[in-house]
Amino acid sequence: MKLDSKIPAGPLAEKWTNYKASQKLVNPANKRKLDIIVVGTGLAGASAAASLGAMGFNVDIFCIQDSPRRAHSIAAQGGINAAKNYQNDGDSVERLFRDTIKGGDYRAREANVYRLAEVSGAIIDQCVAQGVPFARDYGGLLDNRSFGGAQVSRTFYAKGQTGQQLLLGAYGALSREIARGTVKLHTRCEMMDLVVVEGRARGIIVRNLVTGDLERYAAHAVVLATGGYGNLYYLSTNAMNSNGSAAWVCHRKGAAFANPCYVQIHPTCIPVHGDYQSKLTLMSESLRNDGRIWVPKKKEDAEAIRAGKLKPTEIPEENRDYYLERRYPAFGNLVPRDVASRAAKERCDAGYGVGTGYAVYLDFADAIQCLGKDVVEQKYGNLFQMYQKITDENPYETPMMIYPAIHYTMGGLWVDYELQTTIPGLFAAGEANFSDHGANRLGASALMQGLADGYFVLPYTMQNYLADQIYVGKISATTPEFDAAEEVVRVRLNRLLQIGAQATLNSKLSTLNSVDHFHKALGKIMWEYCGMARNTESLTKAKKLVSELEEEFWKKVFIPGTSNEFNPELEKAYRLEDYFELAQLVIDDAMHREESCGGHFRTEHQTQDGETLRDDERFMYVAAWEYQGHGHTETMEKEPLVYEHIQIANRNYK
Amino acid sequence: MKFTLHIWRQENARAKGHFETYPLEGISPDCSFLEMLDILNEQLINDHIAHPVCFDNDCREGICGMCGLYINGRPHGNDDGITTCQLHMRKFHDGDDIWIEPWRAKPFPVIRDLVVDRSAFDKIIQAGGYISTTTGGVPDANTIPVPKHKADMAMDAASCIGCGACVAACKNASAMLFVGAKVSHLALLPQGQIEAADRVHKMVCKMDELGFGSCTNTYACEAECPKLIKRQNISRLNRQWIGALFGRDRK
Repeated sequence: MKLDSKIPAGPLAEKWTNYKASQKLVNPANKRKLDIIVVGTGLAGASAAASLGAMGFNVDIFCIQDSPRRAHSIAAQGGINAAKNYQNDGDSVERLFRDTIKGGDYRAREANVYRLAEVSGAIIDQCVAQGVPFARDYGGLLDNRSFGGAQVSRTFYAKGQTGQQLLLGAYGALSREIARGTVKLHTRCEMMDLVVVEGRARGIIVRNLVTGDLERYAAHAVVLATGGYGNLYYLSTNAMNSNGSAAWVCHRKGAAFANPCYVQIHPTCIPVHGDYQSKLTLMSESLRNDGRIWVPKKKEDAEAIRAGKLKPTEIPEENRDYYLERRYPAFGNLVPRDVASRAAKERCDAGYGVGTGYAVYLDFADAIQCLGKDVVEQKYGNLFQMYQKITDENPYETPMMIYPAIHYTMGGLWVDYELQTTIPGLFAAGEANFSDHGANRLGASALMQGLADGYFVLPYTMQNYLADQIYVGKISATTPEFDAAEEVVRVRLNRLLQIGAQATLNSKLSTLNSVDHFHKALGKIMWEYCGMARNTESLTKAKKLVSELEEEFWKKVFIPGTSNEFNPELEKAYRLEDYFELAQLVIDDAMHREESCGGHFRTEHQTQDGETLRDDERFMYVAAWEYQGHGHTETMEKEPLVYEHIQIANRNYK
Repeated sequence: MKFTLHIWRQENARAKGHFETYPLEGISPDCSFLEMLDILNEQLINDHIAHPVCFDNDCREGICGMCGLYINGRPHGNDDGITTCQLHMRKFHDGDDIWIEPWRAKPFPVIRDLVVDRSAFDKIIQAGGYISTTTGGVPDANTIPVPKHKADMAMDAASCIGCGACVAACKNASAMLFVGAKVSHLALLPQGQIEAADRVHKMVCKMDELGFGSCTNTYACEAECPKLIKRQNISRLNRQWIGALFGRDRK
């Protein structure tokens, strides 16, 4: 495997302009003859399909839900960054670029990040033209707010539902193309395999989730926009059906997977409260604008609170430890997510946690006193209501309890500057690729990246690839490659269903367990030993435990029903099958990266104050892994990160 | 807590459905409604009695619009301003009987058990529930000022999650609140003016064509909307419709 990042020559600020000026184009009559498959209808997928359809390509788009509007981009709360400098507070493309590189702990590719910052303004223009109802000031112009890791206000927002509004904007554009006939929509369809013909991505095998039928679709190029793999950890802020399988089958077919160990843990989520829990709910980062995070200063107070003998409101000011303000006076409660998460874990591990012992307080008493309850209610009312519905506690009267949870994966399919994976013709966009956030993503940047990829990057770079494809003619879905791929899927499904059938024959049915049972166990192992803090010992243990669990899974998982019907248990099972392999890769990547950076914290590599300690000499590169078959350790290629423009520094938020 | 669940079971769209009763014990009051169903399914799987109960769900934080159950005669259950996934068992009494049904409306056929097909909503949007833009070539965002109160009203209308509770709650299975919300969202903004008359015409025609019923102003939709979308959006839809009837330029 040879990695060529295809970064255009020339000064950083001119690279994208030069690329666009010299790339190949496809003329309008030829566009009609080219087919494109887009998998996923979140921000990246919907915007890409809408844009490519409007340009004249034939697009087929697929999603696993009942409607494209359900994709998990819809749940993003806080906002979207853009270097518009509408607030006249010193923002610029250069500033957004630098904040993003620093936020990512100097582990992202300069040229991609610069392009992201460069097109960010156009995203806002596009969304407003579509009718996205962003928040406005009394003069009718757009309003902004601040997010972690930045000292300017560049975040555009629509209440606490920015992701929803942006997705509905893209969904509207997509719906228009569907009505015009340029895009064909396939709902409740899951991609099961990628079909590669003569080294190029030429189609996909999908499973119709209602009937269970396997279907084939052929195209000149495939775009993967299927999100991240956070649900590997079972409990996360991701939606229940979000999964890593589509990306993983591409990896099996030869697409390199980059930086899998970079997983983002969000500091402000509602803590775990019981074994039956299915997911964790995020409380927006914007709450850290006014909320103050603390734990008791005295261990005996923390113990009394945990035992229910003391209330947080009874602890006097001098006995509270506002640990973020104490450790990071310059950024205070608004440090980036990885920093805030680790600090919470440190306090809880030291015995100062509240609730079950794994929670800290997010307190609005000061804000309510200083701004008034009305103002706080106006700003955060919907979030407070959401919190109260879940916990049955009133955050106006008692501090919220929060704890970090898995939220986003910076790692993903390796892509070059054109967002093309190592398989020609297979492109990856949004959270599914690894490209722009390095080792940690800043708040409000995921929406920016998803839409940048779909609206303003792929429509250009894909033409550069497709220009040569006009000579190929229609791609057939009846070739041996399609037959083989479909057969592999069929075998896979049967193998899973066989376990229960075998056990029935041997009357061992009572020893079997549900898919969720195994998924929960996998999540616990990963969270415990490959979560917020990792070291050689914990990772070694994780590897062994995951192998053992996988072995047990293949003996004892019970999937009711058949593959020829609507069967959610079967869906969960094949996704979990992929997670077992993915977990091994995450662990291997975490093991090999003997440094701490962003969301990847190796306890062996930290400063005296417990901050991340990078090793730029040895690890300033992207780790791109190549699949070697089930059970075999993957091989790794390095893409060195060359910083021509930015000054490398320690990431300091003190 | 202890419950007796009566759940609608239906193998597929063509099969005849019926209620099945399942006793369930040891449920924490902090458990969400869907987590309670997870526990039931776990038991059904472990006991190998029946196929687990199928129900749509995804984000489990009240925004994706995927979940939607008719619980004791109310869409999304006995609480206001929430989706099914945001309902918690503490809202019930120990020992309660709970009746769980899918959305019942002709345009939402049952797929299996509690899962229904809501693609009719997508078709209504495809008929015109958008502003026609192609990517690029649009003016700078701040060249289109919008009065704050209008932007706020548009935002309130736009918070519709497309769950279908309004249709399920309506005795006529009318989609007026859903269509009204989208028409209002766009009609309140200057960007949406250009296609306003055409949009309302196409969306209403599509709604009728798909078999949604008429509105008889009982406002059950408003009472059950998890996002508290107001009936004023239906009034605005009617005004837009009448305007379109008389004012629309025809080719």
